[in-house]
Amino acid sequence: MADILGVPVQVLMGQLLIGLINGSFYAVLSLGLAVIFGLLNIVNFAHGAQYMLGAFAAWFLLNKLGINYWGALILAPLMVGAFGVVIERFLLRRLAGVDHLYGLLLTFGLALILEGTFVHTFGASGQPYAAPAQLTGGINLGFMFLPWYRAWVVAASLFVCLGTWLLIERTKFGAYLRAGTENPRLLQAFGVNVPLLITIAYGYGVALAAFAGVLAAPIFQVSPLMGSNLIIVVFAVVVIGGMGSIAGSILTGLAMGVVEGLTKVFWPEASATVIFVVMAIVLVLRPAGLFGKQA
Amino acid sequence: MTVPPIVSDVDRSVEELRIADLHGFYGESHVLHGIDLSVNRGELVTLLGRNGSGRTTTLRAIMGLLRQRTGSIMLKGRDVIKMQPHKIAHLGVGFCPEERGIFSSLNVEENLLLPPVVASGGMSLDEIYEMFPNLAERRTSQGTRLSGGEQQMLAMARILRTGADVLLLDEITEGLAPVIVQRLADVLTLLKSRGYTIVLVEQNFRFAAPLADRHYVLEHGHVVATVRSDELESKAHVFDEYLSV
Ligand SMILES: Nc1ncnc2c1ncn2[C@@H]1O[C@H](COP(=O)(O)OP(=O)(O)OP(=O)(O)O)[C@@H](O)[C@H]1O
Ligand SMILES: [Mg+2]
Repeated sequence: MADILGVPVQVLMGQLLIGLINGSFYAVLSLGLAVIFGLLNIVNFAHGAQYMLGAFAAWFLLNKLGINYWGALILAPLMVGAFGVVIERFLLRRLAGVDHLYGLLLTFGLALILEGTFVHTFGASGQPYAAPAQLTGGINLGFMFLPWYRAWVVAASLFVCLGTWLLIERTKFGAYLRAGTENPRLLQAFGVNVPLLITIAYGYGVALAAFAGVLAAPIFQVSPLMGSNLIIVVFAVVVIGGMGSIAGSILTGLAMGVVEGLTKVFWPEASATVIFVVMAIVLVLRPAGLFGKQA
Repeated sequence: MTVPPIVSDVDRSVEELRIADLHGFYGESHVLHGIDLSVNRGELVTLLGRNGSGRTTTLRAIMGLLRQRTGSIMLKGRDVIKMQPHKIAHLGVGFCPEERGIFSSLNVEENLLLPPVVASGGMSLDEIYEMFPNLAERRTSQGTRLSGGEQQMLAMARILRTGADVLLLDEITEGLAPVIVQRLADVLTLLKSRGYTIVLVEQNFRFAAPLADRHYVLEHGHVVATVRSDELESKAHVFDEYLSV
């Protein structure tokens, strides 16, 4: 087997795949954050907890109701998204017009409550969740073994990201979202129910987090703190991409996953910090992020 | 421009807008001090006044964009003072803001199609493009890439599509070249002939005078004078007193 820069192709490809999978999660999660930030101007610190809720919802659906992975992939985002709608309608909406810091504190508190409740109830260790039977096994590509489930995660994430991008950039509803991000008061004066639009945007962003959670369940364990570790990196990704940019959050998410994977090959010790280093460099050179509107 | 169908069956005795004792506030500062005015269907009235006299604030209060307001604003027979802005628009009122409010994340056509249709009888996209050929040419450009005049055309055009027949227009001629100002005068004449009800905030008295049925002169958040178009000469002193700088 050939080497590239002294690294076996198999190792390189393996890490690239892991990077792509992590990047898929970063992309879906930072996309949800971008949608939410666009309309609500709130950094949704509960995003990691909502991702965890998605995974737990899948676990409950399977173990308590006998609903399989495919059902959960649809139902869990709907359930958690509905929870998000309630949060927006009864808590976040009250913060409209006050300093953004309050939204941040509220969602941060919410994350602590959710994660604390789940740790208290289920313990900090994880629950296993099996990949669906259709996606067990994999294919030998010659230079590496590709598990079907991992290929599916990348494909499903890309599909959802692309779908969301099309929805926002190419539809009338998306035009409302863009306009609502730019000048919600004027949009409302034109007769668009902007409070409802904001609720939908939050619910959708939360549903995206839950969708990522369901995708993650068979790869990582379903555990109360699965989101709190991930979300810190996702926030760094969001800062790198530029807060609120839709395409930027998707591309940056994927790219940062790959960068992380490659760092693991060439300089393993740095792989946990490389994204934060990139973040620091971007903050110095382009404070609004790679895709953000520079002020 | 095609010859407009003259709408002769507009019932000009219907009161489309009546504002009574309107007070408006920005935080602690009290900027409207009991505005009273009324506009009948098919009329074009102006709000004139110096900078800061409260004209924009009056329009914003009607649209519900100014939250802190008291008094009564009857729009098509409904009191809108407690209504949410998006519901107000659906009574059939279109707003062209002072800052134009073209969305930079939308192209020209998306900007044009953005405001929801609030009543039947709005202009079709074809009709609008015929009226504003520049917009047709630039339909795929980013909204804010347009020239100032084109952005103003776009801000006007997008509310004509919605079927709104009460239009609140804030300083639509500001900073525009004379040919474009003339073009807007033609557009307003056309709209008037079609029976639209128009409240026009203007600095440019020479633009407004031949179009308007009545002028309300504002000063420090009060209506200090009302001048009908047939009183322009007899009350010329009003304009000297309140509009000259
Ligand atoms: N956002 C705001 N916050 C606080 N005060 C405001 C605000 N907007 C306007 N004002 C004040 O309210 C008063 C009325 O302003 P308004 O914009 O209605 O005037 P105007 O007649 O439209 O004049 P112009 O457009 O020429 O400035 C002014 O004293 C202005 O300083
Ligand atoms: Mg003004």
